[in-house]
Amino acid sequence: MQKFTKLSGIAAPLPLVNIDTDMIIPKQFLKTIKRSGLGVNLFDEMRYDDDGNEIPDFVLNKPQYREAQIIVAGDNFGCGSSREHAPWAIADFGITCVIAPSYADIFYNNCFKNGILPIALPQEQVDVLMKDAEKGSNARIEIDLEAQTVTSSDGETFSFEVDPFKKHCLMNGLDDIGLTMEKAASIDTFEAEASAARPWV
Amino acid sequence: MSPKTLYDKIWDAHVAHEAEDGTCLLYIDRHLVHEVTSPQAFEGLRMAGRKVRAPEKTIAVPDHNVPTTAGRDDPKNMTEDSAIQVAALDSNAKEFGIHYYPVSDVRQGIVHIVGPEQGWTLPGMTVVCGDSHTATHGAFGALAHGIGTSEVEHVLATQTLIQKKSKNMKVEITGKLRPGVTAKDITLSVIGATGTAGGTGYVIEYCGEAIRDLSMEGRMTVCNMAIEGGARAGLIAPDEKTYEYCKGRPHAPKGAAWEAAEAYWRTLYTDEGAHFDKVITLKGEDIAPVVTWGTSPEDVLPITAAVPAADDFEGGKVGAAQRSLDYMDLKPGTPLSEIEIDTVFIGSCTNGRIEDLRAAAAILKGKKKKDGLRAMVVPGSGLVRAQAEEEGLADIFKEAGFEWRLAGCSMCLAMNPDQLAPGERCAATSNRNFEGRQGRGGRTHLMSPQMAAAAAITGKLTDVREMM
Repeated sequence: MQKFTKLSGIAAPLPLVNIDTDMIIPKQFLKTIKRSGLGVNLFDEMRYDDDGNEIPDFVLNKPQYREAQIIVAGDNFGCGSSREHAPWAIADFGITCVIAPSYADIFYNNCFKNGILPIALPQEQVDVLMKDAEKGSNARIEIDLEAQTVTSSDGETFSFEVDPFKKHCLMNGLDDIGLTMEKAASIDTFEAEASAARPWV
Repeated sequence: MSPKTLYDKIWDAHVAHEAEDGTCLLYIDRHLVHEVTSPQAFEGLRMAGRKVRAPEKTIAVPDHNVPTTAGRDDPKNMTEDSAIQVAALDSNAKEFGIHYYPVSDVRQGIVHIVGPEQGWTLPGMTVVCGDSHTATHGAFGALAHGIGTSEVEHVLATQTLIQKKSKNMKVEITGKLRPGVTAKDITLSVIGATGTAGGTGYVIEYCGEAIRDLSMEGRMTVCNMAIEGGARAGLIAPDEKTYEYCKGRPHAPKGAAWEAAEAYWRTLYTDEGAHFDKVITLKGEDIAPVVTWGTSPEDVLPITAAVPAADDFEGGKVGAAQRSLDYMDLKPGTPLSEIEIDTVFIGSCTNGRIEDLRAAAAILKGKKKKDGLRAMVVPGSGLVRAQAEEEGLADIFKEAGFEWRLAGCSMCLAMNPDQLAPGERCAATSNRNFEGRQGRGGRTHLMSPQMAAAAAITGKLTDVREMM
């Protein structure tokens, strides 16, 4: 997995609440058996018209946001389905950080498996960063995962919370499965005890 | 010992390892797999030379993008990309030696309907699937939730999930439901009350007289939509109805094993005085038949209400409501019962079980759908379909002008050919009314099977109580 340590990038403003995973990557793109190549279809139905032409007003189609590496959005980002295609599409586009007041649980977890840092900040702080994002390529937002800070283009710094284990894995690009397999003995013991206690399972 | 919630008890019984910071390895008893969120996980195993740790606890079935029309067991009758995904599941199931119900098997159906039907889902278990509606299995008092594809791979390889414990939330529905009010109205009304993020970070336990009174099918409908309220999982404590439902199912324990299992299941309830971090109480008699008007499952109103205005809301929801009204092409103040529809969809993991089909057929019996309207019933599994045919329900649907389809997820998420055209408006028994969910530009109103049947007859959103 790609490591995430620091990022200084352009942020795309998406001032909507309840951005769901069907918006992030509509179902017609879930028929892939690969993880890559979904970036071109990120926010597909908001980004392209019925004929597949770009809708110029959509934020990621504007020249100043084509290289965006951060999304700033409203409450409950990533609600809906469990599709990991949503973070795959976000990462494939080149975005590695999302900033919003809150996230849906499954999406939030999925981000960490794909080198994406989802940052939750209070609404007032997201509002400041949203204004920053609206300045386009004139404003870069800086993120430091080690220090757990976000700094606006005006130098205003906000601290964020992140689970220490998730942070450790993201900073070192660690594969969860490998880590868990180191605990195979615990799983073996549990399995033996559980199958004695609940043999019908 | 301090009193525990039902969630606490199931959690504690499944922690295989706990790190100092509280990060746990939660052991998984049942892993359900479908064709859309699994190919990359199996590919990951192959690349790393790993095996499925517990193939006997892993059950696969294609459901999301299979066609629901005849001849579908021939891949030529699928779109190329769907056929590739289904073929990948076929070969992964064989290669890794997991249980499998192919499309040609009468037991095939929506994964969340097949699991309980075959007795894979039992009280006190941990159940996961790469699908957010895994919450459905919570109706049995099983801790069940959706996971992403990386986690699917993790469970395949290790039979565990890396988890931190969620908080406890109690949703109590007191008293009796009024006639015409169903499990779907309960679950939509709860989301209407809490919002789609109200349950984020929680596992919900549903309780109260109105929940106890529900059948297992109704309880599955309630838990199914826990995720639409943001909760990781929904739970209902097992009782006599649960045991009755499970007994005799192909993979349920038999004989002495059943006795031992049932004795254990009877310990699965929330202890007196156990702590809940959040409590919501609704009165059963206050719940009306509801429909959604917008593009979030929280946009719920009684059928007797009118389309709201964006200004009726606060904060970020004002903009979201305006966007919904534009997308849904609705004018504030319009009575919901005047909204005309083009399509009716009865099915999905929310409402594709036999009881749902019985309820819809009871309204449709001897009646016809409105001319020009497209209406389809997609049973949740091949066995539900067979039972509905045996009970004469299929004939009622067909005589009413409904298409009688084969089992699958179908128009709930429109990955197969069952889709809305842009601008088409649908009365749907499914679980999500997101923009484009049932087809690009399609407009979805969520409701119960009875309400969808009533809408098919009149061609507009309808208060089913007027037909009872």
